[in-house]
Amino acid sequence: MGMTITEKILADHAGLDKVEPGQLIQVNVDFALANDITAPIAIERFHEAGAEKIFDPHRLALVPDHFVPNKDIESAVQCKLLRDFAIEHNLPHFFEVGRMGIEHALLPEQGLVLPGDVVVGADSHTCTYGGLGAFATGVGSTDLAAVMITGQTWFRVPASIKFVFQGNLRPWVTGKDLILYTIGQIGVDGARYRTMEFTGPVIAQLTMDQRLTIANMAIEAGAKNGIIVPDECTRAYVDERAQRAYRFYNSDADALYEEVMTFDVGEIEPQVALPPSPANSRPVSSLNEIPIQQVIIGSCTNGRLEDLRLAAQLLAGHRVAPGVRCLIIPATQAIYRRAVDEGLFSVFLEAEAAISTPTCGPCLGGHMGILAPGERAVATTNRNFVGRMGHPESEVYLASPAVAAASAILGRIAGPEDL
Amino acid sequence: MKLAGKAWKFGADIDTDAIIPARYLNTSDPVELAKHCMEDADPEFALRVSPGDVIVAGRNFGCGSSREHAPMAIKAAGVSCVIAASFARIFYRNSFNMGLPILESQKAAIDIATGDRLELDLSTGTIVNTSRHTTYQAQPVPQFMQELLASGGLIPHVMKRLRD
Repeated sequence: MGMTITEKILADHAGLDKVEPGQLIQVNVDFALANDITAPIAIERFHEAGAEKIFDPHRLALVPDHFVPNKDIESAVQCKLLRDFAIEHNLPHFFEVGRMGIEHALLPEQGLVLPGDVVVGADSHTCTYGGLGAFATGVGSTDLAAVMITGQTWFRVPASIKFVFQGNLRPWVTGKDLILYTIGQIGVDGARYRTMEFTGPVIAQLTMDQRLTIANMAIEAGAKNGIIVPDECTRAYVDERAQRAYRFYNSDADALYEEVMTFDVGEIEPQVALPPSPANSRPVSSLNEIPIQQVIIGSCTNGRLEDLRLAAQLLAGHRVAPGVRCLIIPATQAIYRRAVDEGLFSVFLEAEAAISTPTCGPCLGGHMGILAPGERAVATTNRNFVGRMGHPESEVYLASPAVAAASAILGRIAGPEDL
Repeated sequence: MKLAGKAWKFGADIDTDAIIPARYLNTSDPVELAKHCMEDADPEFALRVSPGDVIVAGRNFGCGSSREHAPMAIKAAGVSCVIAASFARIFYRNSFNMGLPILESQKAAIDIATGDRLELDLSTGTIVNTSRHTTYQAQPVPQFMQELLASGGLIPHVMKRLRD
């Protein structure tokens, strides 16, 4: 019996020839990360344990991205804790405001996380790097502290579910629509404890930006990791960035899957996930006049260059509807720079959208776009739980940058075809 | 390890934003976090919960973010144990690492109502509902995990072992 890509990566990092779902293994970690919310606790645990050294300072990134630029005194104190720790331990990968980005957009862009890696991050959306063909998963701060000290952690090998996407994509359907649709089919615990492996001719045609979007939301179905077998598209992306050697793994033809689900993407329209669950996804055309007050285009899910280009394509020659605030948040400094160079900012400014420095800010109701009671937002983010973007009586509708831009122009939830 | 308290019932898919909203994550002080525990699911909870009380919920408890602040807030609020039909994986791991006992039982999750008096034995996995004279069986917590919980979580546990 063969192995899946996830099983092969885990076996190699555990020094074993073969692993099976359910097996408990100890693995070597290639890269670890934490942010301004999770690192303070990890650093506290690191000190409590009496540790003095990071297992390898080149394999740890600290990225203040959630509540930066510091939103209040408490946040400033948390960020300072990371900064002081990074200086004390000579960490080369501490990313300060002005040089930073949202962690899950930044680390692939900088070539710090690579195909074939085991990546552990104190942030649930660490699963994003599965889009590169890595095994990447979120853990809590205490688990991360142990990795910071030892460079190792333990896992139970997950069973895999294979998702096969075939057929022809309809206009305006993106990676975001495919993952929202998939979560809608299986539910928020449909892949709990398991691997979501995304395959098929449609995935092979997707750009890296879209693949990262898909893997990013595997956690929203409860998955341990999401993964896409790397190919030439991955190689082209990685070769110009990689800061160390990487390895491509694939899944054997006779690998064992707990379940195989096949979707004909020709049936999938642009999607919107209604609050309060990412699994409440519907075709945008099925929604009647739902007025909105805010649009967010950004986040670790959809703040990459391609997302901004898509938003600009729709916003060009239009204005954000009266009564709507449209915030655009490029996910990293490099994306921000490229967006300026390509003239996207002019389009956004002429459309009367606001542009922010990179931050997770509004996605988790931190700052930069908090909702009042009764307000409704369309966001390209990943969670629409109660109170996620502000007051518990506000609402978040999840969608692609195309649907978000069209909604901003029309002042109601709408698809690009409604323009 | 034996625990007792009254039940607080919640539904399925209780996410970490409901357990501790991100707007309060500019601190990791357990006392501050406890003041907002479960706030967006039940604004009265943090005010009315008593030491030893038990959270009882449906499937996929703790889904969403990896924030360790979630089990931390629950523990600091005085809750002695969470019983759910199932747990999201990061929350499950974080709970033991934090020293927060958790038990999985579908039947208990369905049957127990808010206000029921519960007696729990982690070593046998038995949940006795003294209000309804019913007993439910969960997977027992193995001895080494009970020791981990008794130490107050993974780091204190490892340090204790290093000292002994």
